[in-house]
Amino acid sequence: MVAQLEETIDMIIARHVAQEDVARGALLPILHDVQEQYGHVSEDAVRHIAAGLNLTRAEVHGVVSFYHDYRKEPSALPIIKLCRAEACKARGVEALVAGAEQAAMGKVAIETVYCLGLCAVGPAALVGDAVHARLDAPKLAALIGDAA
Amino acid sequence: MKTVRISDDAVALALGADALAAAFERAGASVERVSSWGMHWLEPLVEIDGIGYGNATSDDVDAILAGNAPNIGKVSEHPFIARQQRLTFVRAGKTRPLDLDDYKAAGGWAGLEKARAIGPEAVLEQVIASGLRGRGGAGFPTGIKWKTVAGTDADQKYIVCNADEGDSATFADRMVMEGDPYMLIEGMAIAGLAVGAGKGVVYLRSEYPDAIKKMRAAVQNCAHIIAPFTVDIRVGAGAYVCGEETSLLNSLEGRRGEVRAKPPLPAIKGLFGKPTVINNVLSLAAVPWILEHGGAAYAAYGMGRSKGTMPVQLAGNVKYGGLYEIAFGITLGELVNDIGGGTASGRPVRAVQVGGPLGAYIPVSQFGLPFDYEAFAAADALIGHAGITVFDDNVDMKGMARFALEFCAAESCGKCTPCRLGSVRGMEVMDEIIAGRDVGKNIALIEDLSETMKFGSLCALGGFTPYPVMSAIKHFREDFENDSAMEAAE
Repeated sequence: MVAQLEETIDMIIARHVAQEDVARGALLPILHDVQEQYGHVSEDAVRHIAAGLNLTRAEVHGVVSFYHDYRKEPSALPIIKLCRAEACKARGVEALVAGAEQAAMGKVAIETVYCLGLCAVGPAALVGDAVHARLDAPKLAALIGDAA
Repeated sequence: MKTVRISDDAVALALGADALAAAFERAGASVERVSSWGMHWLEPLVEIDGIGYGNATSDDVDAILAGNAPNIGKVSEHPFIARQQRLTFVRAGKTRPLDLDDYKAAGGWAGLEKARAIGPEAVLEQVIASGLRGRGGAGFPTGIKWKTVAGTDADQKYIVCNADEGDSATFADRMVMEGDPYMLIEGMAIAGLAVGAGKGVVYLRSEYPDAIKKMRAAVQNCAHIIAPFTVDIRVGAGAYVCGEETSLLNSLEGRRGEVRAKPPLPAIKGLFGKPTVINNVLSLAAVPWILEHGGAAYAAYGMGRSKGTMPVQLAGNVKYGGLYEIAFGITLGELVNDIGGGTASGRPVRAVQVGGPLGAYIPVSQFGLPFDYEAFAAADALIGHAGITVFDDNVDMKGMARFALEFCAAESCGKCTPCRLGSVRGMEVMDEIIAGRDVGKNIALIEDLSETMKFGSLCALGGFTPYPVMSAIKHFREDFENDSAMEAAE
């Protein structure tokens, strides 16, 4: 397993480093690809990426833990990212949260995102790469049902 | 066969435009996916022979094709569009975003051709003459920034486009990237020519998957046109603070997105220590027009030291929300009431927040304020990226003030103490106020803390969080003091 992981990561590193003026500039793209492939950035992955870029594990861990997008554990549930920034608040997202969390319980993880750029047609949510807007309670419930 | 035009902007997609387009194709129509006009309340908007059909669903397809569905008349003559002064969004709604022929036929690449003909020094002169100021929020003159980079010797220089549009109520960058991506790339290529940089990087937030796809396709499609200049698309990782230019640079270097102290300025020591132009999407997107028409033509728009046009974004609880590009000088009240039509809920407007989560809350009594960097600064407010969030009279301003601090705590990079700790302590004090305990004393404490954050923080995140907090307390004091009545009763 670890050997396979290392081989995959080596390929990802080689692909990105080739495009960089300075190798460590490839770190975020590498982490994105690793997460896309495995659903998270594991401790083994951190160790191997650090070795590949000649960085310390602490440096790579520091980057992984800084950014909201990177996960150290895979998510057990499908994820809906619900925008709770000001413009979606002004359009009533807060009134939907309790009901959505209840409907999603055990089936879908509702995460908060700050702004999807759909600020005149909120409340808005992101599921995978698909955007959804003008959500009300029934539409959000349907979204949760589809994602589960 | 009728040609049906439907946007493939994220707003349209989020409201079912793909299913709608498929329904039109099933009915035998030919569908063109174009950019969005920016009338978001009408999306998905269907356009046939120039006539617009708003909020269309699959059920409306037959009636629309038969020509007997309710319509808004000519889209281009709709008052929301006709009253704008579109320079940056001149092609919005009219072209297929990734179609190179559409772009060229609508004036694309004319700015780059002109720049190549007149050479770097003349390009700098035109950009300086345009009076263009950084559209990301700080309002620093773009031409001066470019001149500094041009005048710094180095073996490598960079053009970095800040597309980390994280402010709530802003979507103009997203619309440029999804609707007219070649314009942004053209602006970057012109910047590269002006300062002697061979490489461009777009730092695009991960919350914009559609913009990422379009920009990646666009840079491949036009590589031969902008060569030898190259553009790379880099995706952020969900950190709001990376919209701050120095933390963005750290992120591009594979580091934690922590803010750097300035000096050195990025123009002198930027990405990997090399001289770097770092500009917002809208600043770079304004450049092709400026080169094509001349700096003086751009400077003829606007007021005072705020030259040109601003793509204003009407958002939140607003009836006619969307993208409204207009010369500086228009008042806030005209934007919110005349153009935006007031609230979507039909209730009275109570407050607007201008400039995103770090912008001030402004009461209706200040709606005479003209859109102008200096006028806003004088009123303790910011234009920022020109997003306007409208709130009706149901808004609880204590809650919004607390949210500003909560947001700062969640997104602080942790480098400087006023921001890292001030936001958390501020949230705790605000909770005391919300609970109605020692309201007067705690408001004084928040005011004191705000001073520290404003003057002691390294960047705008900690430094500007006091704007929404203090403006909420100043202009909507009754929301905070209602609870002191409760306190007296206890």
